[in-house]
Amino acid sequence: MLLFSYKIFTIILFILCSANSFADKLIVDKRHSLNSIKKAIALAKPHDEIIINKGFYTEENIIINIPLRLTGKDEPVLDGEGKFEIITINSDSVYISGIIFKNAGVSYLKENSAIRLENVRDCAITDCKFFNNFFGIYIAASKKCLIQNNYIQSRGKTETSSGNGIHLWNCSNITIKNNNIIGHRDGIYLEFVKDALIEKNYSKKNLRYGLHFMFSDGCTYSQNKFENNGAGVAVMYTKNVEMINNYFYDNWGPASYGLLLKDISESRIEKNSFIKNTTGIYLEGCSKSIIEHNVFEKNGWAIKLMANSMNNTFLKNDFISNTFDLSTNSRQNFNSFDGNYYSKYTGYDLDKNGIGDVSYRPVKLFSILAEQQKPSLILLNSLFIELLDIAESVFPSLTPETLVDNRPSLRRIN
Amino acid sequence: MELISKIIKFELSNAFRSKWILVYSLFFFLATYLLLSFESDSGKAALSMMNIVLIVIPLVSIIFGTMFVYNSIDFIRMALCQPIDRNSLFIGLFFGNSIPLAVGFFSGTSIACILNGITLALGSNFLLILGVGIALTFIFTSIAFLIAIIFSDKTKGLGFSIIIWLVLAVVYDGIILFIVYFFRDYPVENAVLAISLFNPIDLARILFVLGFDISALMGYTGAIFNKFFGSSLGIILSITMMVIWFIIPILFGLKSFYKKDF
Repeated sequence: MLLFSYKIFTIILFILCSANSFADKLIVDKRHSLNSIKKAIALAKPHDEIIINKGFYTEENIIINIPLRLTGKDEPVLDGEGKFEIITINSDSVYISGIIFKNAGVSYLKENSAIRLENVRDCAITDCKFFNNFFGIYIAASKKCLIQNNYIQSRGKTETSSGNGIHLWNCSNITIKNNNIIGHRDGIYLEFVKDALIEKNYSKKNLRYGLHFMFSDGCTYSQNKFENNGAGVAVMYTKNVEMINNYFYDNWGPASYGLLLKDISESRIEKNSFIKNTTGIYLEGCSKSIIEHNVFEKNGWAIKLMANSMNNTFLKNDFISNTFDLSTNSRQNFNSFDGNYYSKYTGYDLDKNGIGDVSYRPVKLFSILAEQQKPSLILLNSLFIELLDIAESVFPSLTPETLVDNRPSLRRIN
Repeated sequence: MELISKIIKFELSNAFRSKWILVYSLFFFLATYLLLSFESDSGKAALSMMNIVLIVIPLVSIIFGTMFVYNSIDFIRMALCQPIDRNSLFIGLFFGNSIPLAVGFFSGTSIACILNGITLALGSNFLLILGVGIALTFIFTSIAFLIAIIFSDKTKGLGFSIIIWLVLAVVYDGIILFIVYFFRDYPVENAVLAISLFNPIDLARILFVLGFDISALMGYTGAIFNKFFGSSLGIILSITMMVIWFIIPILFGLKSFYKKDF
């Protein structure tokens, strides 16, 4: 028996060794003869692995035209000297991991990035660090790539002199997972992307949006954290989006939104937390979407619902301690609110089924006044306004009459 | 001066011997304590506290002040039979009434804060509440004294006090809202800012609101207000307006008190 397993072991070892012999390993080290990555790439055959040892490499723009595996050992640094793009990948099946990229050059003509993938498939960028680059990872017209476990940080001062952390254009089936993106223009930017999975990323303190996507149908965003971004998260002109379990926190400022939705349809926004944002969700031109099981806490406006949004369902959300739960700019209402919890609800529940017997109007008169005339917001917290709100809730005259939650919950749901 | 302090001392001992100051203090203690212990977020508690301060302090100060003067008529008459300076008597009475109110509010609120572990360094919002609360106490007591001296009839005086409170707390904001709507085609921000400077309750409310960083909600208006109250001019101007609200009624009150035939 022992002999038999020994045989199997040798066979496996043999197979492994022979498989290994197809892919050579080239070791780049500052102290050895092979001290340049460019040289190594020129020497390499397709599917070889280039191991880059610890060191500081400034090699202007490195272009990869064959399938390769670039692995950093002990975090080597590749520097773009503030002038160049660092790595350009024009081949399928390129894997990059464990490398630190620094100072890809700011350019007002080209979109210089630490790593650019163009027209490729099956590539992966994992466990890399990016500091102070113009663009971090730039992917164009590519398919089936993986971006995972990267740390991307920049110190952009203005929106024009700063690029995006992860930038996708015209891609499909891309997975972006477990990345930290700090201080870029947009944390994650997607345009014309299909079927992407964006999961467990943390996007913080970006100048403009933590996540920004347009024309990107069928993408899923889950368990991401968006914190303290200049303008929060903006998503536009897209169908079939799923945003689940994300965390929108502290996007606070006069032009800041937790989540800005423009022309989004047939999407699902579920189990997200919106905490301390100026506006939790801003909906403009959205239709047929379901917003359920979300928590809105301590926002200025939990939801701003513009009149051109129709057939959206707001189900079982928690509205807690928001200055305004809901604001709208129309007396018409084509959306439905059902079974939400409102911390401002003052009704009663005689039959003890957990559902309030008095229906609740989440739109207050003052939020309508403030929507029409911004300066009237100076009366926030005034006794006069409280009295007006009470009077209006008894006899609605300016607030949308049909915008009612008929089954408000008495307890927190989520 | 000696006379003033003597009268104040007398009135203070009078006030602290009666129960009302204790009740007033207890009210603020309970309100603050309950808010702080039931509200997990101390910012939110401070906001509710502010609403109480903005409504209760002006109302209590103005009504209590008016009542106080009417109830002290006999004492005033008696005192004026003595060789006593009228100014000293008036000022003594004023501080004898306003200081217990301020002390009651201050002690109640601050003890509750300290019991809940909010130190002064931590709760700048609570510091603002304490400061504004005390300022409002003095302002509305001075208005009350003016009213009570002008009107000899108790009912008239009380009615007028309530009307003044109603105007400043409620109607004034209605007027602001009306102005904002009537001149909606014009940039009214600066005008609204100027108008709200003239109402101590509004001024206090805006100071609070800006302190809580709610100004981001107001967009452009908020930016203007923040800029104004953030500048030294804004701070000086708002403190000056508060002081004027305190000084002017007192001066007029003094004048009428000097002339009044009791």
